[in-house]
Amino acid sequence: MDDLEKKILKEVAELDSLPVGAFNIRNNGKSEARNSTANIDIESREDGKGINIYIKDGTKNESCHIPVIISKSGHKETVYNEFFIGEDCDVVIVAGCGISNCGGQDSRHDGVHSFHVGRNSRLKYIEKHYGEGTGEGKRLMNPTTEVDLAEGSTVEMETSQIGGINDTLRITKAKVGEGATLRIHDKILTNSDQTAKAELIVTLDGDDSSCDIISRGVAKGESAQDVIIDIAGNARCHGHAECDSIIMDKGVIVATPKLKAACVDASLIHEAAIGKIAGEQITKLMTLGLTEAQAEAKIIEGFLR
Amino acid sequence: MLELQNIGFRADDGKEILKDISIKIDDKFVAVTGPNGSGKSTLLKVIMGIIKPTSGRVIFDGEDITDLPINERADKGMSFAFQQPVRFKGLRVRDVISIAKGDEVNMGKYLRAVGLCPKDYLDREINDTLSGGEMKRIEIATAAARGGKLSLFDEPEAGIDLWSFQNLIEVFEKLGDVTQGNILIISHQERILEISDKIIYLKDGQIDRYDDSEVIMDELGMNERRHRRGCVVAGAEGVTCNG
Repeated sequence: MDDLEKKILKEVAELDSLPVGAFNIRNNGKSEARNSTANIDIESREDGKGINIYIKDGTKNESCHIPVIISKSGHKETVYNEFFIGEDCDVVIVAGCGISNCGGQDSRHDGVHSFHVGRNSRLKYIEKHYGEGTGEGKRLMNPTTEVDLAEGSTVEMETSQIGGINDTLRITKAKVGEGATLRIHDKILTNSDQTAKAELIVTLDGDDSSCDIISRGVAKGESAQDVIIDIAGNARCHGHAECDSIIMDKGVIVATPKLKAACVDASLIHEAAIGKIAGEQITKLMTLGLTEAQAEAKIIEGFLR
Repeated sequence: MLELQNIGFRADDGKEILKDISIKIDDKFVAVTGPNGSGKSTLLKVIMGIIKPTSGRVIFDGEDITDLPINERADKGMSFAFQQPVRFKGLRVRDVISIAKGDEVNMGKYLRAVGLCPKDYLDREINDTLSGGEMKRIEIATAAARGGKLSLFDEPEAGIDLWSFQNLIEVFEKLGDVTQGNILIISHQERILEISDKIIYLKDGQIDRYDDSEVIMDELGMNERRHRRGCVVAGAEGVTCNG
């Protein structure tokens, strides 16, 4: 791995060296390094288009890193990763993709992640998307994440795309079973002429299931974002979604809430707000010695934390 | 230290909020009081640069700062606590106090000074989950952490419940030691006025009176009330009151 690739690895997975535990590092379409553990087994798919990850029942306090790096201009790939998480597990999975494109051709990563989360298991899933490069070739990413939560399971997802991606379609679909809980914290920052579309679709199928979705977006320059949050309550459940956005310069954000209740005991709430940074917030930070630009940067940093 | 020369401010609707205010302020603890709408908040905001005066000059430590932006005044040693503290989505108490202080060393002492436990509050977001009283305390702690030569407080007691109020007075009694600088505070509270060195009494956008605290409180008939209240308190504690 060269210095550029190491830098991308640091950005998307916060890794300076090979991680502890299970991992698979995909570099320009090939598995660069892989490690399975006694409880987490990583296998290549038969069609060669990704990996299957098997986590044994009762696996606790273990992690699995599966970062993807693309540094070749013009590299395009569709990758399917499927996670089979057993019962009574407590694990952290860190995914992420970084594209550096200094060439003239478009680079694209379409990643499809499917999670089957077993009964009473806890999963924390962290996914970062990042792009950089000076070439005219675009950096494109289209992640699809499908999550199936079995009875009593909890999934916490922190997904972000902080800059550098020209165009993205981010689809997250989840089915939440009885007594299961899903929390999603999704963050998107777009700049210049970038576009991002995010669809978060959650079906609360089991009694006492719940979801809490927080979506935060910042659109700078002439960028545009389109965020759809769609929650269906088919049982006695509680669903909450909060879609907050800041627009700057000539940025455009469309936030579309959709709630469907198909059970009288379904309680669904959606809150959405779009606006510029409040002037009083900038004033406050300026009284603490920050310039206007520093204050703006600090406010956005906090907003997208 | 602070001198205002012929400060005037006219609002967009043409109303004259401040009229030709000239004053020199050098004392350690100075209170600004006066009826609602007399221009107190506007005056403090003009000093900090949040509002630009229509006329006049602001002189700080001998330097004309009238045209300096807010942050440059902050760099020169001014801080400001808002009457209605600003809420941020995402920024934590820790973030704002560290910006104020310039580092993350011993941030807890400022929270303790306003009666908040650092362990409970440093990692809280400054958002809607904090009550009005908590927001005010954090605002005061932030201004204290910034410290500097001149700390400006816009009615810190507003929005604080009575139970917390006694504690707030104690905070201000000690605050001069914490900030190590001078304090200019808008207040309606007799207890705050009592601990002031001087009082500015503002009325209709003009300085009606400016003198030692004792003198102004006498003129406003506050000392007599204070004396009566002192007797009641003393009596309640079983101490003989000799008048």
